[in-house]
Amino acid sequence: MKTRIAWIAAFALLALLPGLPEPIGTAFHLELGAQVLTMAIFALSLQLLVGCTGLVSLGHAAYFGAAAYVVAMLAPQSEAGNGWWLLAASVGGAALLALLIGLLVMRTRGVYFIMVTLAFAQLVYFVVHDTSGFGGSDGAYIYFRPEFRLGGALLFDLQKPAHFYWFTLASCGLTVSGLGMVLRSRLGHAFAGIRHNEQRMRAAGFPTVAYKLASFVIAGGFAGLAGFLYAVRNGFVNPEILSWHQSGNALLMVILGGLGSLAGAMAGAVSFVLLSEWFQSLTKHWQLLMGGFIIGSVALLPHGLVGGFRALRRTRPAAREIAR
Amino acid sequence: MDLTTFLIQCLNSVQYGLLLFLVASGLTLIFGIMGVINLAHGSFYMVGAYMAFTLASLTGSFALALLLGLVLAVVFGYLLEWVFFSFLYEREHLQQVLMTYGLILVFEELRSLIVGDDVHGVAVPAWLAGGVPIGHDMSYPVYRLFISAVCLAVALGMYLLLKKTRLGMTIRAGSVNREMVQSLGVNITLLYRLVFAGGVALAVLAGMIAAPVSSVYPGMGAQVLIICFVVVVIGGIGSVKGALVAALLIGFVDTFGKVFWQQAAGALVYLLMAAILLWRPEGLFKPSQS
Repeated sequence: MKTRIAWIAAFALLALLPGLPEPIGTAFHLELGAQVLTMAIFALSLQLLVGCTGLVSLGHAAYFGAAAYVVAMLAPQSEAGNGWWLLAASVGGAALLALLIGLLVMRTRGVYFIMVTLAFAQLVYFVVHDTSGFGGSDGAYIYFRPEFRLGGALLFDLQKPAHFYWFTLASCGLTVSGLGMVLRSRLGHAFAGIRHNEQRMRAAGFPTVAYKLASFVIAGGFAGLAGFLYAVRNGFVNPEILSWHQSGNALLMVILGGLGSLAGAMAGAVSFVLLSEWFQSLTKHWQLLMGGFIIGSVALLPHGLVGGFRALRRTRPAAREIAR
Repeated sequence: MDLTTFLIQCLNSVQYGLLLFLVASGLTLIFGIMGVINLAHGSFYMVGAYMAFTLASLTGSFALALLLGLVLAVVFGYLLEWVFFSFLYEREHLQQVLMTYGLILVFEELRSLIVGDDVHGVAVPAWLAGGVPIGHDMSYPVYRLFISAVCLAVALGMYLLLKKTRLGMTIRAGSVNREMVQSLGVNITLLYRLVFAGGVALAVLAGMIAAPVSSVYPGMGAQVLIICFVVVVIGGIGSVKGALVAALLIGFVDTFGKVFWQQAAGALVYLLMAAILLWRPEGLFKPSQS
């Protein structure tokens, strides 16, 4: 209960950002905020898979990118599309792709799983890259941001930075509460059981492959939500969002923040996006700083930012998960 | 497609497959023996290619560049294992993935800082230039045959070292039970460091001999890394024999895929991998058979 209040308070504070006075609440900061929240959704979805079910996927960008491409392909060229329909199509498409790939990759485990998810993401990358219908390596444009209407009224005017920011924030809130609900349910407890000892879960009568597949599809669907927001915000998609660097970055956010907790994924995404923005403002060779930072954090913070934070203040039992 | 073209494409397939084997064998060795997933392995290939470019223009001799490059590679691998990998063995695979991902970024940027982002060509040395006539009017470059020969020699050497020598026996024993080998009086830390250096040297060698054919460009490491993952997964992680078979398979599928079905060539090898994994989830050769 305490953690739920903390979450609500955090999101309420974040919702105030557009109202803040000049040096902070500008369009630039709203844009950056929306970018951070989009990546946070992406990291949260991967956290379910990696931290909560113990399935390390290095191909999560495939579902993110697939959803972004669904928006780019289905959005009308000359007018604003129906947001509800585009959102459903892109999230559904990503979940469907996750189901297809999941059915194949669930036969493997451990290191094979890491490599095979990577290889399937590459397959998706090459299909998009080499098929002219998807715009090839140049990518495709989304000329109008879709409209979200309820009845006749415009619910969110996504053209306005503040509205787009709130829309992203609401999506992120939905993701956190949705994933939190999954984790508290019987399903989530089964995921945790599989992470700890899959064989024992199977012996206890759980069809573990079906559970792992469920985790994979849910994670794919939420990654699709992030992909949808990315495509709408940028108005442009190219194959790079499907590349394995994108998958690597997502994994980095999750591990950086701390495995197994939703707050960890949020912390990881926020620090990753802000750090890379900062490094990019410092030098053209910012990847050097990023790489050094990654190596340093692996060497010094084996349990992620949240783990380091917990080690600093030992007031709560470390075993308790922040998400619960 | 007439017989001559078919023969040339077969030779190309074998050459590409053997080159892939050279890179993938290092990857599978480091994993099979030390249990480390090394994403930075492609970077070593890239380092090798750039080393061939730099050393060949410095020394003026390709053979000398190869020799010098190999020595540097072993030293480089030895130091790298010492600084970045020696504390990773106890950690989870996930942390190894992250660490080596960080190394990729560092290597790419260092490459950009030191050599720049231009595409370079490396000249084929004079004593390997020219071609072998095939049929009446076609010829096959000697240099490509040289690549295949080097790869075959390395494969044979690796087989002999691992299966027929005392050192190879110790290495194989170390992959099964690290502590036991250590308690028998073997310096396992040094042994691992040497195996790692050897794996790095294999990738660097592959990069160096591939440089005259493929040219030298940014991002070449990532490309070869992913395809090597496919090779390793198809062959069975940790199996050198599997890597050889899988690399040749990929060589043929990729080369002939580009000839017959240009649009889908990029995706074809991944489809092959999916099909093989459906049939055998642990690859063609289980690690125990390596």
